[in-house]
Amino acid sequence: MSGDGLVTVSLILNGQLRDVAVEPCASLLDLIRDQLGLTGTKKGCDMGACGACTVLSDNRRIKSCLALAASYDGSSITTIEGIGTADQLHPLQAAFIRHDALQCGYCTPGQILSGIAVLAESPKDRSAIREAMSGNLCRCGAYPNIVSAIAEVAGL
Amino acid sequence: MNGSALSYIRAGNVADALHQGAQPTAAYFAGGTDLMQLWKLGVPRPRLVVDISRLPLADVHLRAGLLNIGALAKLSDVASHQHVARSHPLIVEAIFASASGQVRNMATVGGNLMQRTRCAYFRTEGFACNKRAPGSGCSALAGENRSAALFGASAACVATHPSDLAVALAALDAQVTVLGSDGERRFGLADLYRLPGDSPEIDTTLARGDLITSVEVKDAERFAPRSTYLKVRDRASFEFAVVSVAAALRFDGGVIVEARLAIGGVAPMPWRLSECESILVGRTPNAESFSTAAALAVRDAQPLAQNGFKIELLKRAIVRALETIGGPQ
Repeated sequence: MSGDGLVTVSLILNGQLRDVAVEPCASLLDLIRDQLGLTGTKKGCDMGACGACTVLSDNRRIKSCLALAASYDGSSITTIEGIGTADQLHPLQAAFIRHDALQCGYCTPGQILSGIAVLAESPKDRSAIREAMSGNLCRCGAYPNIVSAIAEVAGL
Repeated sequence: MNGSALSYIRAGNVADALHQGAQPTAAYFAGGTDLMQLWKLGVPRPRLVVDISRLPLADVHLRAGLLNIGALAKLSDVASHQHVARSHPLIVEAIFASASGQVRNMATVGGNLMQRTRCAYFRTEGFACNKRAPGSGCSALAGENRSAALFGASAACVATHPSDLAVALAALDAQVTVLGSDGERRFGLADLYRLPGDSPEIDTTLARGDLITSVEVKDAERFAPRSTYLKVRDRASFEFAVVSVAAALRFDGGVIVEARLAIGGVAPMPWRLSECESILVGRTPNAESFSTAAALAVRDAQPLAQNGFKIELLKRAIVRALETIGGPQ
């Protein structure tokens, strides 16, 4: 946990305890994708701007590209792989399909994770959803449909 | 990330943090949202990262008119704190105007105040920049300087401070508590920062190993009914300010008896407008008073080739902010 060399990190990743040794400068995103092999979380800008890397840390949405992996030792991380399956979609995933809220799909895991956190904040209208989702970019421009999908699950 | 070898230590307590942080190659690490970006952009990294994120410095409480915000409180936790929302809506507005939901869940108050001043050249490898490489020159002076400072800049650096929260806190006379090798000291937020002068690589007055432990706002609840944070930016959300205004007024009998004004996006630090505050006191809140204050605010502006538009923008933003809070209740 300290000093030179690798840092040991214990995470509860999608409900499973994972112990892994990381470079001190590794991001949580690189830990999840490259070391633990869960590639559902995407690397877009790698600079905190696009939100494709959004995951939940102890139920709060964060940008895993700006998270130092070593600093997240002991935390509980949820990625898109822990959200739903093809047979049992999360209600927000099902709503994304109904509302055609994606085209290429690259930003979608981050949109879903971010949207789940926004739903927990009980947004009051579409405009509040738009503002709350400003940390997730969609280069295909599916924004109106993403907002509609979240609004439907929020009961708006 | 590439670059030099880096060691990681998690501070077990505040004394341990101060001890580790005093090493010449060390840097404190809290939320990391600014540092991680800068390191990925090739800004030199420290040899030792001292992770302070788990120190018990994240409490937020309001007692007898004194708001105390632990330096490690996350921006989102401050903004959603029920006492802060009621007593200091200006702080909440400034936080919600900052970054994105994900970043606010990571970024700490202390880290937000400690953000490096910002300019595209500082954030891009391959250009002369006195902040990145002291003595190399300033590419912004004769280059892209639309976002550059109007106040407080020097021939060595024209970068602006990016924090919204700092502007609101400056308007509320916030005090910063710092622990260092000589113990604890407390000073006004403005004194945390220094102007670039000939050494723009140094943003603050903190000595090596100094640790911000809390931010305090005292007896400012009286401004809650009439305060606002206006942020003008190039897109509606998740963008830095082109200009911003934190304003607060207090009336008695239809006359302004107290005014607070601080501006952002236009200087290397949150820029308090004390003269404008003085000129508003004793006046009736109307268009003439507000435009007089706005004209005074920009009197000493020193624009470069591309950022002159900020002068008129800033005047209008100040007038609009004052109009927002200066009407009948």
